[in-house]
Order: sequence, then structure tokens, then C-alpha cells
Amino acid sequence: MTTTTDFLLAIEDLTVSFDGFKAVDSLTMYIDKNELRVVIGPNGAGKTTLLDLICGKTKSSSGSISFKNKEMTKMAEHEIVRAGIGRKFQTPSIYENLTVYQNLEVSYPEGRGVFGSLFFQTTDEVIKRVNEVAKEIQLENFLDTEAAILSHGQKQWLEIGMLLMQDPELLMLDEPVAGMSAKERDETAELLNRICENRSVIVIEHDMEFVKKIARKVTVLHQGKILAEGTMEKVQADEKVIEVYLGH
Amino acid sequence: MNFVYERFLGGKNGAVAIAILAILILVIFPLFLDAFRLNLVGKYLTFAFAAVSLVLLWGYGGILSLGQGVFFGLGGYAMAMFLKLEASDPESTKIQTTPGIPDFMDWNQLYELPWFWIPFESFTFTLLAIILVPSIFAFIIGYSMFKRRVGGVYFAIITQVIAVILTVLIVGQQGYTGGINGITDLKTLNGWDIRTDSAKLTLYFINALLLLGVIMLSKFILTSKFGQLLLAMKDKEDRVRFSGYDVSNFKIFVFCVSAVIAAIGGAMFTLQVGFMSPSFVGIVPSIEMVIFAAVGGRMSLIGVVYGTLLVNFGKTGFSETFPELWLFLMGGLFIAVVMFFPNGLAGIWNKYAPKFKFIRRMNLTPDKAVLDAQIAPAVSIAEVTSDLVSTSDEKPEGAKS
Amino acid sequence: MGDFSLQELTSILAMQGFVGISLFSVLLLMALGLAIIFGQMGVINMAHGEFMAMGAYTTYLLSVMTQTYFPELMNYYFLVAIVASFIVAGAFGYLTEYVLIRHLYKRPLDTLLATWGLSLIMQQSFRSYFGAREVSPTLPDWLMGSWMPTDSIFIPINGMFVLGLTGFVTLGVFLLMYRSAWGLNVRATTQNRVMSGAVGINTKRVDRLTFALGCGIAGIAGAAFTTIASTGPTSGSLYIVDTFMVVVFGGAASLFGTIASAFTIAQAQSILEFFISSSMAKVLTLLTLIVILMIRPEGLFSSKVRK
Repeated sequence: MTTTTDFLLAIEDLTVSFDGFKAVDSLTMYIDKNELRVVIGPNGAGKTTLLDLICGKTKSSSGSISFKNKEMTKMAEHEIVRAGIGRKFQTPSIYENLTVYQNLEVSYPEGRGVFGSLFFQTTDEVIKRVNEVAKEIQLENFLDTEAAILSHGQKQWLEIGMLLMQDPELLMLDEPVAGMSAKERDETAELLNRICENRSVIVIEHDMEFVKKIARKVTVLHQGKILAEGTMEKVQADEKVIEVYLGH
Repeated sequence: MNFVYERFLGGKNGAVAIAILAILILVIFPLFLDAFRLNLVGKYLTFAFAAVSLVLLWGYGGILSLGQGVFFGLGGYAMAMFLKLEASDPESTKIQTTPGIPDFMDWNQLYELPWFWIPFESFTFTLLAIILVPSIFAFIIGYSMFKRRVGGVYFAIITQVIAVILTVLIVGQQGYTGGINGITDLKTLNGWDIRTDSAKLTLYFINALLLLGVIMLSKFILTSKFGQLLLAMKDKEDRVRFSGYDVSNFKIFVFCVSAVIAAIGGAMFTLQVGFMSPSFVGIVPSIEMVIFAAVGGRMSLIGVVYGTLLVNFGKTGFSETFPELWLFLMGGLFIAVVMFFPNGLAGIWNKYAPKFKFIRRMNLTPDKAVLDAQIAPAVSIAEVTSDLVSTSDEKPEGAKS
Repeated sequence: MGDFSLQELTSILAMQGFVGISLFSVLLLMALGLAIIFGQMGVINMAHGEFMAMGAYTTYLLSVMTQTYFPELMNYYFLVAIVASFIVAGAFGYLTEYVLIRHLYKRPLDTLLATWGLSLIMQQSFRSYFGAREVSPTLPDWLMGSWMPTDSIFIPINGMFVLGLTGFVTLGVFLLMYRSAWGLNVRATTQNRVMSGAVGINTKRVDRLTFALGCGIAGIAGAAFTTIASTGPTSGSLYIVDTFMVVVFGGAASLFGTIASAFTIAQAQSILEFFISSSMAKVLTLLTLIVILMIRPEGLFSSKVRK
């Protein structure tokens, strides 16, 4: 049922229903290689559910999700991650008791099996990778800091860093700048523009200022369906979008 | 060498702690205790295996098993079956209707050895069974539970029910299991009389060394990335899962390891005490194993050994003199540990040890990682006492952490 | 089975079935209390059996007192005892929640251990006060005897009374939970604690009363228990595992599930008991449950919900 495409991610006719309520309804959407796509929409539009479906947290009722032409809907979460899809949660999900260094090291994609993890050794390569990523997320001076005492913005970056450790081909970020200061938002926008150079990124966001800074192509979701898709200007001018956002 | 030092002993702190424990159980106890008391300590140390197994499973893995007695029992019964067969040779059982089978089978009108007893005539098979039977059993339970994301209270209850099933089964099937009295009158191990004082002393040392070995192996597991992942899962299971780890496999593995550790304790129990019975399998012994771990400190491999010794000395002491008081004390212990001392003895040590100058000078104060992993008490003693006297109803939420 | 005629077999099934009904009643009353607490607050009360024993001992005490001081009222004391058992166990439950449980809501596993400790203390208290021997209240005459619908079937009256009582309590719980304003508060708290607090529900009070209610129902179970068996310090703990299974098997959040699961477990056990030894009946019942739960861990009667 999966069609072969040139897209990195091809979502076709995807539906999930909870007791009859269709949170995502026959959705079709394609993501190119190295594309940065922003998904917006009012509350309850199905944005987070869409990410849950892609990363396997929620199982779809019907339809297909194909990543590099490989069907994902039947795979377990960890297999989807290993295939190259990383997902950041809405609230920072990091290991509070571990240091920044340990948080990143645990996310290094080796020693992922039971026995691999028992005999995993921190090699120079691991240390090098941790330092690279820490630099990317501007936490290189906080490596020995316990994650719990980082600022909210730094925690968000750390989680992004944990994903970068795995060098995913598709990165999905759920409201990455929620609760951040203006300065942190700017820095996050720069970070996203940097990291999408050699991978695709899907961002869910509410903050329109931030969206304008990063967006090239925007998808508007409403009641589980795509309402509009295109450049920021085009979407903003769309009658239906204006109605949904301003109508009530 | 450095690898062994860091990973099996846990660096300087760990090495010193293990050395002190080793001196206590290998030198001081044998020197100062008479044969009877030493055998008693040996028995307690077999329970310490179960407590250590719970550090891995419960302390680090966050999985509470209320059925560790099942694995302790499986190990113990496997050993007991072998010893019983050896003790039931046709010569010494010639007065039975069917000589050559265990006495309780004869009393229950069994005329031949049941099929599942036959392999236990082999010592090699028995040793393998002590390891394999509990791990296969744990694998089946763990696989069916953890693959379906069942955990927490639910898992605890299921393991408890399994403990009940096994106990009722053992008690009910007298002819096959020896019933409520268990398997008794064990005499020799491959011809070596285990009832003599010298044999008991040897077994004590084997047991103590095995315990130290198990602790070091557990240390190796916990200092690895595996151990770090266990803690990470306890904190944010979804994050671990979405970092590409199959969380259930880690849980299944740690459950199997803990089962084997408890089973080794059970086998050593049978050897040292000379019998095995369902009273070491069911709900009560299983939950007592949890309290040994809780008193010692559920996050501390060494602490739980002291916890086991302390509770058992207390139990023996009190139940000889004030049996009624003991149950009150035991009940109070459960409540106090959970409410006020969730890190047990190890937590008390970590809190007060740095106050002594010589401990600071020896650089033995616990490292930060250990302190971070500790659990905050549910409530302070002051708060509870003020609760009891105050009449005002609500407290600010922030009082708990 | 070949030794029985068809008619005898029917009678046996009917009577064994009725033995199962008594067991069902006690299990259901126990499970209702446990399920309310577990379903609403996610904690398991390991001392639940002791709360039942507390109700049973309350009934016993009242029977002794009535016999000593008001022997002419022996026919009525039992009704008072049911209410008293509810109040005594409920009040102690209220206290327990206040002193112990509320500090442990974020740690359900620790609650298991703390309430286990409580159960040890309660058991020993019963033993110290009432002695280790089992006691039985003197039952009023109208609870004795049996009803004979045919020559070969005896249905004991106490069993029918207990069944009626159980039906009454179950209905009460249903009305309270699903038809009253208070029940709405409880359900709201279960679904979203923070939000409920924000809209003005005193969630802590709801927790405390829910816990007290659960324990109070266990007390009623204790009163009912005295009509079918005698009470010892560990009577409660004999039923606790079965009660856990009823709750887990029924899918904690569903009242119907709890009833159906209590019925299934009680009937399976008592009918099996007639054909094989009671210990094997227990093993077989529990083992079947475990296997079913391994295949369907959410219990038989819970529906799939969005997380």
C-alpha cells in the first residue's frame, strides 16, 4: 500500500480515531529531504497526535506513513527511532538527575541492546560527539551541570541535543520555544536553521513571530485535516485560515 | 585492572565498602560467633541475595516484585530435590513400601519417582536448574508483562499472586513436594555430610564469597550504561523509548538477573539450613525480602546486606523474647522506612558520614551521583507530629516533594 | 462424576453455586472498596483485609454487648452492627488516609509497603485484644436455617441475606458514584486532578472521603463475613489476594467489571472445589486469571482510552 516516492516522509490517507472521534482524518502530507516544515493550527487540530502517529506513540487506525519508502505504521517506537526519526516532546523530557554530559552520552546511538549497554565503553569518539553537540546547543560550558538546574530554555536545547546525538534524518519538535524568553527564541530559531541543513525538521508551533523566522513552508491543520499548505504569506492570506484563527 | 576497580568495585568508595563488608562476614563473624550463631548469620546472608536482587530490580529498575520468594524457593527446592534424592537411597529407605523414593512420597502412596524429579539425580542438572528455571520463569512473566507496558502496582500484585499460587501448589501437592513441611532430612551433598560443624563452616564461607561475587557482578551491571538507562527509565521512560531503546528488554533482563540472584540465595539456604519449605516462598517471606532491602537502602548493594542482617537479628531476638512486640515493630518498620527513611541505612550513612572528620579526610564521602539518586522522604517527622496535634485540615502542597 | 444422577448433579451445582454466591458477596463487597480506592487514587491498600476484619470484630463486639445488656434486642442488633462496622472501619480509614496515605500518593509502590506495615500492626492488635482464636457473633434467629425450594436443595438464609446486603451496597455505591454531586467530584478528580482543584473541588477532601468510603465498605464486608464464617486476626488477609484479582481482572475503573469479575472468580472457585481439592481449585482459578491477564493485562472489562 506504500507508494514509492522521492520524499523523505510520505504520509498518505492517515486516520486515527478515538472512540469515533477522528483526531487525524485522512491526512496526506509529504516532507522533502532537508525540508523544514512548520505545522500550525488551533488547539485540538491534531498536531501533537500527528507527531505521536509518526513516532509510533499512537497507532493509526488506517493509512500509511512511509519513511524513506519504508512503512512505519507497524513498527515499534524504538525501531522508528533507529530508522532515523527523532522526536522532542512538548515539555522538556530530559533526565533531571543526570548531568548534561550524561544526558547526551546516554543518547549516543550505540550500546542500544541489553548486552551492548552492559559492555558499552565511553570512547574518544563518544566524547568528541558529545562535545560537538554540546557546542551546537550552546551548553558546552554546562557539561558537568545537573540537568535539573538548567533554565527552561536550556532544557529544551538539551533535549534537542539528545536527539542530535542520534543524528536523525527527520527531527520532530513539538512547540520548542514554548516558555522561552525572546532572546532564547531567537537563538532557537538560529539553531533550527543550522540543524536543518542536513536533515528534515517538522516543527509544531503556536508562536507566529517564531514561525515567520524559520518557516519556508507551512501546513495548517484543522480538525485533523489539512486546511492550507504553502508559504507563510500564502497561508496568511488564505480565507479559510483566517476564518479558523479569527472566526471564533 | 583499572576496569575491574571502577566497574566491579565501584571506585574507591565502593571498594572500601566492599572490603569492610568482606572483613565483617569473612573474618569478624567467623572469629567471634559460635557455630550455631554463625550458621544463623549464614542463613540471613542467603536472604541478603534476595535483598541484593531487589536493589537491581526495585531500587534501580523501579519494578517492585512482591514475589522474590518464588525465585528464592525455586532455587532452594531445586537444591533440596537433589539432596533429598541423595538422602533417599534404597538402603536408608528400605523400611518404606517403595524404597529409594523420598519418604514423603511413600507416605502419600506414591510408588515411583515422578518424572520431574528424575533429572535432579544429576548434580550438574541441579546446578543448571538453579540458574535456568528461575530465569526462564522470570522471562515468561517479564515478557508477557513488560512487553505490554504493565508495571507499577499492577506488576507487584501479579507477582504476589504468583507467590500465592506456588505456595498453595506446594502445600497442596504433598506427595510431589513434601507439602507444608517442605523437603526435610537432607544429609549429604555428593557424599559430603552437610550437617557437621565443619561442613557448615565451609558452606558459610562459600555462601559469603558467593554473596560478595553477586554484589560485584551487580555493581558491574549498575555502573554500566545499562544501569544508567535503568535510572533514566525510572525518571522518563518515554524519553528512553524515543531515544531508540527497547525499554521492555531492559526490564525483562533485570527481572531475570534478579530472579537468578534470589535463586542462588535459596539454594545456599537449603544447603546451610538443611531443608526447604513453602514458608520461604509465599507472600510473607517475599515482602520481608522487600523490607530487608528497604531498611538497608533500596539503592545500595552493600546497605541491603546490613539491612538484612539487622532486621533478621531483630526478628530472632524479639520473637524469642517478645513475639507480640515484634509484629508491631515490623509493621512500624515498614511505615517508618517508607515515610521517613526511604534510603534506609545507606541513606542515613550518606547523610551523617560526611560530618565525621576522619571520613572526610579519607575522602570516603559519597559522591554526588549517589546522593542525587536518593529518594526524598515522603514527609518529615515534624510534619506528621504537627498533623496529629493540629486540627486544621489542609496543608500546602509544597510541603511534600 | 459418574456416581451422581442427573438430578443430584443439578442439586449439587445449585448448592455449590450458592456457596459461590456467598463467596461472591464477600469478594464483591471487599473489591468494591478496594476498587473505589485503586480506581480513583491509584493506590492499593494492602490492609484492606484488616479493615474487613475490623468490621467483623465490630459486629462480634456488638453481639456480645447486646447479649449481655439487652438480650431482648438480639433480633435487631445485626442491622445496627452493619452500620457500626461501616462507621468504625470508615473512620479508621479516614484517619489512615490523613496520617499515612496522603503523603504517599506520588509513590504507589511505597503505599503498598506502608499499608502492609499497617496490616501487620492491625493483625497483631486484633490478636492482642481478641486473642488468636476465631470468634463468631451470635446470629439472630431469623438469619438461621435454610430455604428448600425442592427436596434436595438447601439454600441457607444467611447466604441470601448477605446477597441482598451486597446488592443494596452495590446499588448505593453506583448511585453515589454516578448519580450524586459528590460522585461527580470524585470522577472529576480522577480524570484531572489539577483541573478539578482549579474549578474549586477540594481534591484532598475527596481523596480522604473516598478512602474512608472504601474502608467503610470493607467494614460492611466484615459484618457480612461473620454470617458465613468465624473471624480470626488473619481472616482479612485470607481474602485479600482474591480481592486484588477481582479488581485487576475486572479492570479497576468499571463497576460492572468488578461485579462480573467477582462473580466469575467466586463461582469458578466454589464449583471447582466440589470436584477437586480446594487448594487445587484455588491454584487453577488464580492460574487461569494470571494467564488471561498476561494476554489481556488491562483486565477483561476496561475499554481502550486515549492516553
